[in-house]
Amino acid sequence: MSLKEKLISSYLAFEDYLDHDSPIHDLRNHAIKIFENNGFPSKKEEAWKYTSLNALLKEDYSIFPKKESGIDFKDVKRFFLHEIDTYKIVFVDGVYSSFLSATTHDGMDICLLSAALSKDKYKPVIENYFNKVAKEESLTSLNTAFAKEGAYIYIPQHKEVEKPVEIINFYTGSEAALMLQPRNLIIVGENAHIQIIERHQSLSENPVLTNAVTEIFAEKRAYLDYYKIQNDLPTASLIDSTYIKQERDSVCSMHTFSFGSKLIRNNLNFYQQGEHCNSIMKGVTILEDKQHVDHNTLVLHKAPNCESHQDYKGIYDDQSTGVFNGKIYVEKDAQKLDAFQQNNNILISDKATINSKPQLEIFADDVKCSHGCTIGQLDEEALFYLRSRGIGSKEARALLMYAFANNVLESVKIPELKKRINKLIAKKIGVSLGFDL
Amino acid sequence: MLQIKNLHAGVEDKDILKGIDLHVKPGEVHAIMGPNGSGKSTFASVIAGKEEFEVHEGEILLDGEDILELDPEERAHRGVFLSFQYPVEIPGVTVTNFIKTAINETRKSKGLEDMPASDMLKMIKEKADLLEIDRKFLSRSLNEGFSGGEKKRNEIFQMAMMEPKLAILDETDSGLDIDALKIVANGVNKLRGPENSVIVITHYQRLLDYIVPDFVHVLMDGKIVKSGTKELAYELEEKGYDWIKEEVKA
Repeated sequence: MSLKEKLISSYLAFEDYLDHDSPIHDLRNHAIKIFENNGFPSKKEEAWKYTSLNALLKEDYSIFPKKESGIDFKDVKRFFLHEIDTYKIVFVDGVYSSFLSATTHDGMDICLLSAALSKDKYKPVIENYFNKVAKEESLTSLNTAFAKEGAYIYIPQHKEVEKPVEIINFYTGSEAALMLQPRNLIIVGENAHIQIIERHQSLSENPVLTNAVTEIFAEKRAYLDYYKIQNDLPTASLIDSTYIKQERDSVCSMHTFSFGSKLIRNNLNFYQQGEHCNSIMKGVTILEDKQHVDHNTLVLHKAPNCESHQDYKGIYDDQSTGVFNGKIYVEKDAQKLDAFQQNNNILISDKATINSKPQLEIFADDVKCSHGCTIGQLDEEALFYLRSRGIGSKEARALLMYAFANNVLESVKIPELKKRINKLIAKKIGVSLGFDL
Repeated sequence: MLQIKNLHAGVEDKDILKGIDLHVKPGEVHAIMGPNGSGKSTFASVIAGKEEFEVHEGEILLDGEDILELDPEERAHRGVFLSFQYPVEIPGVTVTNFIKTAINETRKSKGLEDMPASDMLKMIKEKADLLEIDRKFLSRSLNEGFSGGEKKRNEIFQMAMMEPKLAILDETDSGLDIDALKIVANGVNKLRGPENSVIVITHYQRLLDYIVPDFVHVLMDGKIVKSGTKELAYELEEKGYDWIKEEVKA
């Protein structure tokens, strides 16, 4: 039985015990049909030309973990931003861990999607927002069909969330192979502010495939900073689709740090609905061995006087492969737009590959759109400069790579997180530099 | 200190330097002047060990040791410092972190521990004051967005920190106004001592008013065609290089 068949038959069993009155029951049935008709994407599709899921789909994944696994905080403490106080929404093998979490209902909701889906008081929010910005794309639909758990965050208007929220998915390896469909729903009300950090972390080398979907609604003047830390084990793979709908005057930033995992596909979609929206997308990708990371971004500009900024940096060693496919779509009313896209890459090894493809579709006539892409090696003149100051060749290379990647970190607003990412970068580059990170 | 014998070097088979002999004794300041394209910057880069250039013939001895097989960092560890004509911008690394790394890497090569942070800070403060460098400047990314003059001052700051045995200043005066020139020259003069030598590469005599050379050499078409004392620099300023060309031809 193929994974697709297995998923469809699992869905029938899953659907049996679902609450049939749930407002999303019909959505699920519709979604599974989309997946049934389209299946997993293949390299024949333009958007998947450089990323093949074939090898991943051969595993015999469990769709629902059979046993619950507990983990001790001390064993996973290092994956938390433990230096500071945070809200935490933690899942272990897809199941909410109240023990590891720190949620709240005090003037806002930072809790679980399962609760929001089952309790009446959340019904209007679910009806208004759930699956309202996600695309009817095959993998997202697969997630919608199975969506039952994830983070649910509702920040009412004018609320400034005083500490960051961490959303962490742990995989214990209690199953030989596991496929999960986490689903997050985040609503940032008018003039509300929030910072979110998300990571997926395997604790064993049993393969895991995560097909995650996050829907974010940023209301008028909302302010969102979102950080994704992708530093999982080489046996883990992630397909991560994020859909962000922005109302006027909202500012949303997404930082994606991709250092680990076997295969990662990031589908990052911004939909700007009103004037003066600002969307910021930044990424640092540092890969080795046969790792593969595919960044697929879309910004849809609908209204005038908006901005978008994309800055993705990649360092590729060994036989690793990277993809950057950034699309900026400017509708005819989106005048006075300032859209900027940059993708810079360094190939360390002869066998590493990057496919970088900017796509601009512009239907307005008074806009400023720029994009740039570079693929190169480390600058020889800069290397000589460092070496002439007594810095050895290996350290000089590391310093340049560090500097290249570090540039993106300037906009990380949580100092402890910045420090953490700095350390991850130094570790990934494999050098201890002569100064504190 | 530095002894260069019959140095031929260039890119691939082509010689840019066509047989240079130069002997710099401890404590001496030598100026190398010459028209554009005469090989001045190549000469500086070859001494510092830039791999782009191949040495086809000759020797470079530092304190009697042949350094031609040494990497640029190994030459730096032995006390060679090149102040770049065009310092490279390195975004993401601050001036302070860069100089700390450079000093500690050099110490490591000599089997020394890292310099204690308090000593480092004290030294940074002292040298920054010497070169009238604003403290804020030290936490900026290396050379990024620096003006021409700031870049050069930063080079001399690094030199002051590294305390090299042999400093080579490649057109350090270009991009400097007269005030900055005096500050930079003062920084260089502070380094001068019985054990430290300086090679000043310049187009113009002006810098030599402030860093007074013991010897002046004229480099033309990859060769030192004339040597003299500081008076030669005035003569060049006044008469240009054509008369030397004539002299060489004759």
